[in-house]
Amino acid sequence: MNFLRKQLDKIKPNFDKGGKFEKYAPVYFAFDTFMFVPNHTTKRGAHVRDGNDLKRLMYVVVLALLPALFFGMWNIGYQHYTQLPNPTDDPNFVFPFMDVFMFGALKVIPMVIISYVVGLGIEFIFAIIRGHEVNEGYLVTGMLIPLIMPIDLPLWMLALSVIFSVIIGKEVFGGTGMNIMNPALIARAFAFFSYAPFMSGDKVWVADASTIDGVSGETILGTLASNNTPSYSVMEMFMGYIPGSIGETSVLMILIGAALLLYTGVASWRVMASGVLGAVVMGLLFNAWGANALMNFPWWQHLLVGGFAFGIVFMATDPVTAAQTNVGKWIYGFFIGFFAIMIRVFNGAYPEGIMMAILLMNVFAPTIDHYVVESNIKRRNKRLEKNLKAA
Amino acid sequence: MSKDIRIKKGLDIKLKGKAEKVVSVASRSKVFAINPSDFQGVIPKLTIKLGDKIKAGEPIFFSKKMENIKFASPVSGEIIEINRGAKRKILDIKIAADATDSYKDFGIKNPTELSSEEVKAHLLASGCWPFIKQRPYDVIANPTDQPKAIFISSFSSAPLATDDAFALENEQKEFQTGIDALKKLTTGKVHLSIDGSTNSFFKDTKGVEIHNVFGKHPAGNVGVQIHFVNPINRGEKVWVINPQDVAIIGRLFLQGKFDSTRTIALVGSEVKKPQYFKTILGADVSNLISENVPNANVRVISGNVLTGTNISKNKFLGFYDNLISVIPEGNHYTFLGWHPFIGNNKLSINRAFFSWLTPNKEYNLDTNLNGEERAFVVTGEMEKVMPMDIYPMQLLKATMANDIEKMENLGIYEVAPEDFALVEFVSTSKIEAQEIIRRGLDLMVEEVG
Repeated sequence: MNFLRKQLDKIKPNFDKGGKFEKYAPVYFAFDTFMFVPNHTTKRGAHVRDGNDLKRLMYVVVLALLPALFFGMWNIGYQHYTQLPNPTDDPNFVFPFMDVFMFGALKVIPMVIISYVVGLGIEFIFAIIRGHEVNEGYLVTGMLIPLIMPIDLPLWMLALSVIFSVIIGKEVFGGTGMNIMNPALIARAFAFFSYAPFMSGDKVWVADASTIDGVSGETILGTLASNNTPSYSVMEMFMGYIPGSIGETSVLMILIGAALLLYTGVASWRVMASGVLGAVVMGLLFNAWGANALMNFPWWQHLLVGGFAFGIVFMATDPVTAAQTNVGKWIYGFFIGFFAIMIRVFNGAYPEGIMMAILLMNVFAPTIDHYVVESNIKRRNKRLEKNLKAA
Repeated sequence: MSKDIRIKKGLDIKLKGKAEKVVSVASRSKVFAINPSDFQGVIPKLTIKLGDKIKAGEPIFFSKKMENIKFASPVSGEIIEINRGAKRKILDIKIAADATDSYKDFGIKNPTELSSEEVKAHLLASGCWPFIKQRPYDVIANPTDQPKAIFISSFSSAPLATDDAFALENEQKEFQTGIDALKKLTTGKVHLSIDGSTNSFFKDTKGVEIHNVFGKHPAGNVGVQIHFVNPINRGEKVWVINPQDVAIIGRLFLQGKFDSTRTIALVGSEVKKPQYFKTILGADVSNLISENVPNANVRVISGNVLTGTNISKNKFLGFYDNLISVIPEGNHYTFLGWHPFIGNNKLSINRAFFSWLTPNKEYNLDTNLNGEERAFVVTGEMEKVMPMDIYPMQLLKATMANDIEKMENLGIYEVAPEDFALVEFVSTSKIEAQEIIRRGLDLMVEEVG
């Protein structure tokens, strides 16, 4: 690696102050710090620092997303092929695993590439304009965006959604750490409201469903919303052999990711736990009411279908847009779960509620924190008053 | 009546290079320096000229704002350098020391027989006053104030900290006399907190309220102890002082001279044989370093690795310090060093490292920042190491925004920069928390006073 280091050091003067490419310094430094943790030493304050940094943290989240990504690739192929007529006479014929996986991979990988190239491109442009370094936040957002999209979304729509989310969702607020709402969900919401036919209905969840006759590519929530009974078993829901957005279907893979996030402490267990709790409470209430198929859908199965698990594990826990106090996190998570199920059941037009629930609570998170912090302030002021009286 | 304090939140940073409990007398330094930047907010007015000969205890400068606060020479000798920086700001004053010190005689006095005003005048005249600091703001105490209490933390929980109970083993009488003098300065109590897990002579101190403190760093921080015993409200003042400086005050009363001898620990992974040395504040420690530290690419810190001052260039012991830490400089690149689960020689509270599996391992940490400064992203990590009932991130943000009312509400009066050292250590985004708090306190001094 000394060779790479030497090459980097050799071209570095061009990017330093007064160098030929001074303006493009953020590009050079982004690459440099990606390859090497820099030789920066502590200048002020504590002379030693914790080994952790933002890059490592973001990378943990990306690692946690990989099971869902790979499973998604396979499931895209699986959903596609199982809709096709059997090409052989063998009634036990199964499409070869690699065929299935490669079909999905060839559909998903371009989406991931588009998401990263477009998103990071904008991040670099903003870094150059503002003259700051490229923050690592988009490493996660760039992976999340394709995973919450339907497979047949045209790439240009994906690119537009990414552009919208990075600029309007993040950069206008000041970039990583300053945004109010989860940028990946902003991308999805943008696509959802701008290109509704590509984002909902029963033809978008299975690759090429609209061009193949006889495909029943409806999601479970879609089926329920039209008051029918879904034809999938609980095991299929848990394993994720069901139609849906690329990364959201397999609860098992999401749980593997969740385990990594919780083990490393990168995601808040408070948000996850309270989110599930909120959904359970709402689910039980609806079960007791039981006016239609969605309300009668068992509360615990609500946790397995749709984007609930993915949203709670990977999106509600985004530390920037979640509540920041520990008490606040409980309240914030609870209402996400609560509203997610409520929107599912009450709003037939949007059979999935987790996106709206998270975006809504993103907006309220600072308010929740405000009241939590206010109680600390009140304690302090009470102490002061008591002392003044005593004096 | 003693009250136990148990600190649950925090972090003990265990480093290599703990001092062995052996005291040597460091060879006498030829040069001593007083560095006005050790005294937050003090603008020095010199009382000496280049070439003047002075005795130990004679003033070198006083504070422009509070003229009766004098800063004395730790040794007798000749003023050989007055270094000035931009705007003629005084950087340091160097004194070439005589072979043996001659002291200015302040007279032997018994503090219990003196009035409060007499004790004050004695401390001010002798250059002992600057040892007494005030909370809020972490600045030198204003002699015209009436503090509601005086707090002394008899131990430090910081990494590789000096054991003051060991350093003062043979000076119990001086310590007690210092306490007797301090008692005259407040109508409230003098609180002495001691490390509950050890048994030291401090527990026999008379005339103080003793608190047994248990738990992780920052349990030894006096600010944390104040928070749990008698928190500072708006408008209140509390004074604090380090135990070795209490003994210096004791010597003043018992011997009539300003004898600022300190027992310091020379520690850190770069020190061949970490141990204790007797020296004097302001001493040039470059000989001590060159005799004990074989490597050159090191950082020499006056104080501990969390809050100390970098003295790699100008190796003089700071006015308030009883510790010299020497650790490797971290000016190296690490290929893909951000990769999770790799590089486990580093300490982290994050489990993307395996350091949590070896809680008792002593680490050899260098000064690498282990990343770059970023915006606030991670939440909840600062709270893990902040034992006070304070929201650290919210207070930092309010301070960065200069929102005075919010800073007051969130507890700025209760904190000193050192209380945010761990917050700074754990911050994933490498937020300079101590610097932010220091600027906030300076703003409060200016706006609120």
